[in-house]
Amino acid sequence: MLENLEEIELVGLLNKIKEIKTDGWLVMQICATKIGENYELLYTFGKDYDVKHVKITVEPGVHVPSVTDIFPAAFLYENEIHDLFGIEVDGINHDYKGGLYRTATPAPFA
Amino acid sequence: MASKRSVIPFGPQHPVLPEPIHIDLVTEDEKVVEAIPSIGFVHRGLEHLVTKKDFGEMVYVAERICGICSFGHGYGYVNAIEHIMDIHPTDRARYVRTLLFELSRMHSHILWLGLMADAFGFESLFMETWKYREKVLDMLEAATGGRVIFSIIRIGGLRKDVPDDVLKGFLPELDNIVEGIKACEKSFLSDPAVLSRLKGVGYLSKEDAINLSCEGPMLRASGVAHDNRTRGYAAYDDVDFEIITSDEGDSYGRCYVRIQEIYQSADIIRQCIEKMPQEGIYVPIKGFPNGEYMTIIEQPRGGACYYVHASGKKFIERMRVRTPTFANIPALAKTLQGCDVADVPILVVTIDPCISCTER
Repeated sequence: MLENLEEIELVGLLNKIKEIKTDGWLVMQICATKIGENYELLYTFGKDYDVKHVKITVEPGVHVPSVTDIFPAAFLYENEIHDLFGIEVDGINHDYKGGLYRTATPAPFA
Repeated sequence: MASKRSVIPFGPQHPVLPEPIHIDLVTEDEKVVEAIPSIGFVHRGLEHLVTKKDFGEMVYVAERICGICSFGHGYGYVNAIEHIMDIHPTDRARYVRTLLFELSRMHSHILWLGLMADAFGFESLFMETWKYREKVLDMLEAATGGRVIFSIIRIGGLRKDVPDDVLKGFLPELDNIVEGIKACEKSFLSDPAVLSRLKGVGYLSKEDAINLSCEGPMLRASGVAHDNRTRGYAAYDDVDFEIITSDEGDSYGRCYVRIQEIYQSADIIRQCIEKMPQEGIYVPIKGFPNGEYMTIIEQPRGGACYYVHASGKKFIERMRVRTPTFANIPALAKTLQGCDVADVPILVVTIDPCISCTER
């Protein structure tokens, strides 16, 4: 029921995000959802009042590339995904290395 | 000779901060050259409760994300569920929701004005503005029974109606509040001492505001006419309003936008009262939500996203709330670059940070 949703493979993520940036979209949010044993990562972009979503599904332990080279302001979302779900995101421009949220339990949403 | 760089820790405990945020200020003499924000001191994990609470009960949890924009958080979650379950609330429920949204906006913006006055050391102005905030809280209490958490919204409509005579009683109160804030406006936007703390301080260009995905008054004060209320949720399609912007891009511009939005909210409330439909307030719901949806609304501090992923069970897989403060933190770091150390407290307040929302 999410409108304008595109589900892609992890390998195509960065190229897709670059394409979206070139088209003038801006990042609105990134979040993870645990579905069974895997994780869905939902990237949401906005242009004026239009909204577009890109979704990837990753297995536990799989590293995800950071999109902060393309959208520098996305660093908080990627740190959040790491701290709450334990998903490793490689190459974040401001990597808090697990220190964004001072949670008593590591990766409490995992 | 090159200036020596020092790191000044700002927060999490600071007189200007009602809630904890920490910023490492890299300084050269009295100038900030880099600001590294840090949050997470009181993260509560409320989103995770959605996997343990009945989806109907979760409305109460969503409201408790924040004590200022609590109605909006409840609405964002409820609206996402209603879209997934194809529920259409009655017109009266839509209008009352819009009215409560705007009362919350007035409350939030007036609260911010007081905090801003306190930040630049104008305590009598702080007390004067909060006098009017109290009146808004009285109206919220008369409408819902609560002053902080309202518990009036439910999936399918409202828990209780707001009687017409109570709504009519709001009209003279709104006039009093607008008159009072107009008197305060002179101090905020014309007083030379106040202007020296706001004008040109924390400038954020239109391009930076867009590229950093800014939200709310922070975005509009940089000249970008973007307000999620124009998406038409609740009854915003049925009321007239124009997006308020400023081309100043500085703390003065943000102050101007919020003050004008207080008047605008009062006007929207008047329109809601005049046009208030007479039908019921609740549509019964059946079954469990199955699907995913993202609601985007305009909270007082800016756009907020509510993502819900449900799979036809009593418990939902995921509720994710992207709050406006979370989106505005990169812009805060940007505005701090190049500012005087003495202006840091003003700039932190200028984004109207709600750490309670951010630490949902």
